[in-house]
Amino acid sequence: MTPGRFEDWLTVDSKGLYCRPGDFHVDPSSAVSRAVITHGHSDHARPGHEAALATPETLAIMDARLGEGAPRRKQAASYGEPIKIGDVTVTLFPAGHVLGSAQVLVEYKGARAVVSGDYKRSTDPTCAPFTLVPCDLFVTEATFALPVFQHGDAGAEVAKLIKSVEQFPERAHVVGAYGLGKTQRLIALLREAGYERPIYIHGALQSCCDLYESFGVPLGALSPATGAAREDLRGAIVLAPPSAIADRWSRRLPDPLTAFASGWMRVRARARQQGVELPLVISDHADWRELTNTIAETGAEEIWVTHGREDALLHHIRSTGRRGRALALIGREDEDQ
Amino acid sequence: MKAFSALLDRLAYTPSRNDKLRLMADYFAGAPDPDRGYALAVLTDGLFFRVPFRRIFAEMLEARVDPVLFKLSRDYVGDTAETIALLWPAREESQEPPPLAEVVKAVQDAKPEAITRLLAGWLDQLDATGRWALLKLLTGALRVGVSARLAKTALAQWSGKPLSEIEEIWHGLTPPYQPLFAWLTGNGPRPDIRGSAVFRPLMLAHAIEERELAAITPSDFAAEWKWDGIRVQACHQGGAKRLFSRTGDDISGAFPDVVEGLPEGAVLDGELLVMRGGDVAPFNDLQQRLNRKTVTGAMLKSHPAHIRLYDLLFEGDEDLRALPFMERRARLEAWHGTHAPSRTDVSEIVAFESIAELEALWAGARETGIEGLMLKRHDSPYIGGRPKGHWYKWKRAPLMIDAVLLYAQRGSGKRSSYYSDYTFGAWREGEHGAPELVPVGKSYFGFTDEELKQLDNFVRSNTVDSFGPVRQVMPKLVFEVAFDSVHHSKRHKSGVAMRFPRIHRIRWDKPAEEADTLQTLQAMIVD
Repeated sequence: MTPGRFEDWLTVDSKGLYCRPGDFHVDPSSAVSRAVITHGHSDHARPGHEAALATPETLAIMDARLGEGAPRRKQAASYGEPIKIGDVTVTLFPAGHVLGSAQVLVEYKGARAVVSGDYKRSTDPTCAPFTLVPCDLFVTEATFALPVFQHGDAGAEVAKLIKSVEQFPERAHVVGAYGLGKTQRLIALLREAGYERPIYIHGALQSCCDLYESFGVPLGALSPATGAAREDLRGAIVLAPPSAIADRWSRRLPDPLTAFASGWMRVRARARQQGVELPLVISDHADWRELTNTIAETGAEEIWVTHGREDALLHHIRSTGRRGRALALIGREDEDQ
Repeated sequence: MKAFSALLDRLAYTPSRNDKLRLMADYFAGAPDPDRGYALAVLTDGLFFRVPFRRIFAEMLEARVDPVLFKLSRDYVGDTAETIALLWPAREESQEPPPLAEVVKAVQDAKPEAITRLLAGWLDQLDATGRWALLKLLTGALRVGVSARLAKTALAQWSGKPLSEIEEIWHGLTPPYQPLFAWLTGNGPRPDIRGSAVFRPLMLAHAIEERELAAITPSDFAAEWKWDGIRVQACHQGGAKRLFSRTGDDISGAFPDVVEGLPEGAVLDGELLVMRGGDVAPFNDLQQRLNRKTVTGAMLKSHPAHIRLYDLLFEGDEDLRALPFMERRARLEAWHGTHAPSRTDVSEIVAFESIAELEALWAGARETGIEGLMLKRHDSPYIGGRPKGHWYKWKRAPLMIDAVLLYAQRGSGKRSSYYSDYTFGAWREGEHGAPELVPVGKSYFGFTDEELKQLDNFVRSNTVDSFGPVRQVMPKLVFEVAFDSVHHSKRHKSGVAMRFPRIHRIRWDKPAEEADTLQTLQAMIVD
């Protein structure tokens, strides 16, 4: 692979990653005429695009979350279905991150570039598993790109939550979880672990849960936490957006025990800073080992890093003899926060 | 190791005392012997390992981790032991980690050069929480917010045995406490500790209320000055000399000067003070000698310690605790007359005919270090704990200033949704002569739950800036802050440090300009 060859047709402009021969952006940070969207999280799926290509699930999520801001023209692409755009061919493959999340394979003049968006390799009952796509250029996230991040078995973390409910049956267990993806995965994991009781949810989580169910992901009995009798919430599991768990909203709960489901919970200072009493290390992002293994398995000799802890990952990429480049895209957030 | 790591992990994140008790009680109920005994030793600070961790960590990491990645990780995590625990390459196949007891014994028996391999082997078998717990346990930096007293309280709650009985025998026992657990589970007799130098629970006083004060019959009570030091128990029994804090922590190592001269056979109750030339030094001076494992020669000279004796609990084999106070007092005076141990004196009995006279005496007492008065019933036996109706403490009215709320920080636990920790300031002349507020103290109690809600609302609607969990507010709310004393401090920008400040009253009515000045506070400094 000649150095600099990809830069000729995949560039970074003020709105993010741009494919010149296809005339589209991938996950642009503001409104564009044509976008390919990897998944529905708000830092990837921005409002106001004229046209967007994405999986049917991602398009439905954008409709539900963006309302008026949803793309005016939508093109649904199934996983594995090649689509010609200008001079390139685009194919979406499962990224394993959340429902509908996709990696974008762009083929141009015999070269294969994969923009992976956000991804994880560990199992998730609520979305299609990550598919490895061999390529020459792999564009990766680096949210948890430090060797201290090893996410471990999410089932064991859910077992910790269930044990705490048994140990403290008079306390409402309020779990901070991001509304799209984490919430539904947590519910599905609880159900897998045999937890049959109704799970109470904050109003902001309802629409995404409905959407998952409409795509055939069963979540069991859910009840709105707002308006529930205080006594009913004793010993109950209550899910809420992270911003609500230790703020005024949580005062309605009886003696709340604050839990938080996030990859960041692996670091103690991080959990303590947020006043978390029960940290649950459950992440929808690749951990260090998944990132480094994936990079190796794609066979790519060139790796671009979009956002996160680029320093460590670039050090790894270069010390394993690959070409690495930090894209420093603006507008990306750690949505676990 | 698994159950123990899970316990430490939960304790580290659990702010509530009662919840900590429940977590420990559940552990003691479920864990086998001798694991739970070693766990108890860890929680009560009873295990020390002399292991060169710096060298061991360096050796282990060199073979396993890229130094650049380690540094980036360490910077992110902020703690070396935790970083190692987190980035240790996990094995694919899970293995049963060794029991806690096995780990403790192996480290105690291992040759220094064998420890690195031993430790690496365990780290391979444990998960991240287990690795963290192991490293914390071995480096002795647990920080899970459990005192020895709390761990013993958990034992009492779980077993149904009174805490005072556990305290009574505690210091006669050693890890892994097999006879103790046998007794607690009904499988053995109560361990016998007669004649050994162990801590006996202290008798504590109640704060007197006005109506109780009015009901006091002067002829039934003895009065003593209440000195501003720390309550201690000193003993020399079974060949060992010991000094214990009021919670039973052994602080002998830091106070060789007072321990040295203790005559054989005595168990004494008194106040530990720093004294120079017969005068009690301010509490701040004693503070310099507390919370240390050992003491320097220079410190022994500049801050000499002394015990002012209140009571005699044992003389030889004779347990005096059932005797009335006045009889014990006579025995104490006779004993002190016979042995005249260095660095001790007997607390003075303040004669009084009426409460009014006592109050006048007190008002006239100009000595530093007097914190108030103690009133003890002549016929009180010595009962560990805080029995009602025997001893009263009558403390000096606290000092008070009006200060302005400057910053509020989120609380923890039940209060994590509230801005409940308040930093307040006093006025001083700033640059160019304009008045400015300088922080003088911080407090998170003294107010009611209802007031907390009002304060939280005030903070949210008057925020001018925020830094993580801290909000800076408009300087316009005045607190009447009560405190015990104020001292010079180099660590604080204001140059003063308040002792035990609490929010006495919220002065919603008072304009901030009328709050007190730093000068007012400086004038209250006694040292």
